[in-house]
Amino acid sequence: MVTLTIDDQEVRVPEGTTIMEAAESLGIFVPRLCYHPDLSLAGACRVCIVEVKGIDFFVASCSTPVRPGMVVQTNSPVIRQARRDIVELLLDNHPKDCQTCERDGHCELQNLAYAMGVRERLFEGERKRFPLEDSGRSVIRDAEKCILCGRCVRVCAEVQGVHNLSQQHRGFRTVVTPAHGATMDESACIQCGQCINVCPTAAFLERSDTEAVWEALADPKRHVVVQTAPSIRAAIGEGFGFAPGTPCTGKMITALRRLGFDRVFDTDLSADVTIVEEANELVRRIREHGPLPMLTSCSPGWISFMEKFYPQLIPHASTCKSPMSMMSTLAKTYYAEQAHIDPNDIFVVAVMPCAAKKFEAARPEHQMPNGRWYTDAVLTTRELIWMIQCYGIRFDSLPDGEFDAPLGIATGAGDIFGTTGGVMEATLRTAAELVTGEPAIALEFKQVRAVEGLREAMVTFGDLTLQVGVANGLTNAKTLLDMAVRGAKQFHVIEVMACPGGCIGGGGQPYPPQGVKVLDPDLLQKRASALYAIDGVKKLRRSHENPAVKELYEKFLGVPGGAKAHELLHTHYQARLPRGIL
Amino acid sequence: MNTCGTDNWAEVEARSKGALPPEVVDFIEQCQSDPQAASNLIAVLHMVQERLGYLGQEQLDAVAQLMHIPAAKVSGVATFYHYFRLRPCGRHIIRVCLGTACYVKGADRVAQRLKEELGIDFGETTTDGLFSLEASRCLGTCGLAPVIMVDEDVHGQVTLDQVPVILDRYIRNARE
Repeated sequence: MVTLTIDDQEVRVPEGTTIMEAAESLGIFVPRLCYHPDLSLAGACRVCIVEVKGIDFFVASCSTPVRPGMVVQTNSPVIRQARRDIVELLLDNHPKDCQTCERDGHCELQNLAYAMGVRERLFEGERKRFPLEDSGRSVIRDAEKCILCGRCVRVCAEVQGVHNLSQQHRGFRTVVTPAHGATMDESACIQCGQCINVCPTAAFLERSDTEAVWEALADPKRHVVVQTAPSIRAAIGEGFGFAPGTPCTGKMITALRRLGFDRVFDTDLSADVTIVEEANELVRRIREHGPLPMLTSCSPGWISFMEKFYPQLIPHASTCKSPMSMMSTLAKTYYAEQAHIDPNDIFVVAVMPCAAKKFEAARPEHQMPNGRWYTDAVLTTRELIWMIQCYGIRFDSLPDGEFDAPLGIATGAGDIFGTTGGVMEATLRTAAELVTGEPAIALEFKQVRAVEGLREAMVTFGDLTLQVGVANGLTNAKTLLDMAVRGAKQFHVIEVMACPGGCIGGGGQPYPPQGVKVLDPDLLQKRASALYAIDGVKKLRRSHENPAVKELYEKFLGVPGGAKAHELLHTHYQARLPRGIL
Repeated sequence: MNTCGTDNWAEVEARSKGALPPEVVDFIEQCQSDPQAASNLIAVLHMVQERLGYLGQEQLDAVAQLMHIPAAKVSGVATFYHYFRLRPCGRHIIRVCLGTACYVKGADRVAQRLKEELGIDFGETTTDGLFSLEASRCLGTCGLAPVIMVDEDVHGQVTLDQVPVILDRYIRNARE
């Protein structure tokens, strides 16, 4: 243990603790920008400087370990002035367009400048100029707003294992881009959007689809259908002042109706369909010695990762479309038929926690036979929150609404799709019955809830024991996949979700409130528990018991895994370049 | 594991090897058993530039794939150092010393004259591919200021009028 003094208070902390951490244990918050507790240290922004007695320069508290007897001052007129100067210098090289910026009100740089007391701009000099890179389907990059904190570089490398971003060139010309300054879609990017989540400014954003949705809503000839992913209901409330983890399903549905959507469908229902198809696929593969382990296919960031980094695993991926793409397909086939509407008049909007869903929706595999798209627009949770605010809807006082038939009933198994381990748990609930012929007695497979990022478990039903793996965050996935590739472990099924915590930590989820760090495990935990709470109180918790799903198969699809189901609900993958480097 | 058909590594590897001189590929392969294999990156980039005159995207990607270093990192290193050229250079590289001594002796005017004669700026190559022009830090021959180097030839105490004469020598050589 090391004893030191911070702001006249003595504190004892373990050796190796940084000054910032030691200060935090005393309740002293040192302002910061590039620092993130779950990423490696950069010490790039210098905002967290403090004075240390006997050292005649300021030290970065995030990256300086404590020493015995240190006397630290985190606040003094001199240090406040220095911090303010540092932030002002960052602002000097930053566009002055806060009012028209997408992150106005959610920008860490803006908040920091206010907190540091920057009220006028004393430094004015040449500003860096870079073109906006907005060619990507999912992620757009505005290097002029970048302050070179390097969080995106670190999250892409350390959490996602993608290593697609790096600082290029040097000095004033330094810019964060993929290799050779390539566009996002032509690089190794897998569109997960975690760079958007961790960016303190608007240097990374999702491509906005709100304009297309407003237009469709205003067009009387369009029948506009919306579907919401499981994790939206667990996070949308945060945009309207609800505590994280507050389920807001009913208010969300009412808000969507008020926005003018003609039908509000539940992606949880197509999650149930996914499970029915995927559990059948799994059992068939086990019986017929098909490629095992089977890899889940719901997460589009993961699918892109597989196509670029692990193309050899493509035969292992479930051929099931994601719940989003299944719902869009069903809306323009089954629903169109039932409601006697021309599919070409239907406009399908998907609200997703995800940046990569925008890329998925635009894949040629998800085109209708006539070349139009099954999914016409994808909104992130953030975009929907903005649209509701823009429309002047008082979300917090809305009455609860209900999803529309025939695609609005979901079991608890569909609800938990939005969190890590959820797809696995839902699959097991159905697969157990397929294998044993009897309903699973145990419904909760808590051993597959990979809250820490990585889980391996053995699950037995009847005479069958399954070795399963669950991973969220692609660096964790890599650990499992490498084990499988090397043959170190024989898995039957592996669930991968690209984002930390699963969809609840997706690249399109609300920015955390001020003072809460991005991707805070507690925040993710709260969102996850909202989904488990919804599941826990449902009468129907096995996907194949969903009456709407049964009706769908009886009236339209035939049998799970049958010809029609295959034609409409399954897809294929292909190796993509540039090949990612692991 | 069943890994039929969809793996493109063999293709990517063959294309990467094809983009690099064989001795560079050999060197990379030898290095791969080093515990710190990635630390050879700069040495490898030097080798490529020595042989091809510059580091093209194709070469940087090939180095990344064969050394298993993310391409963004390789391109980050290549763009960081002034020494690495990212575009093909001319047959002759003209380096104008802009160190302090040369500068006070009028290197900026010499540079200006060179730019006018060649019709290019620093970092560019003439359309006929004969000359590339580069600004250089101190060349260590301050007694000869202002100095320019054409490839390995040092030209000292260059006057503005000598600029076309020097260039002409290389142009005539190229014609012969």
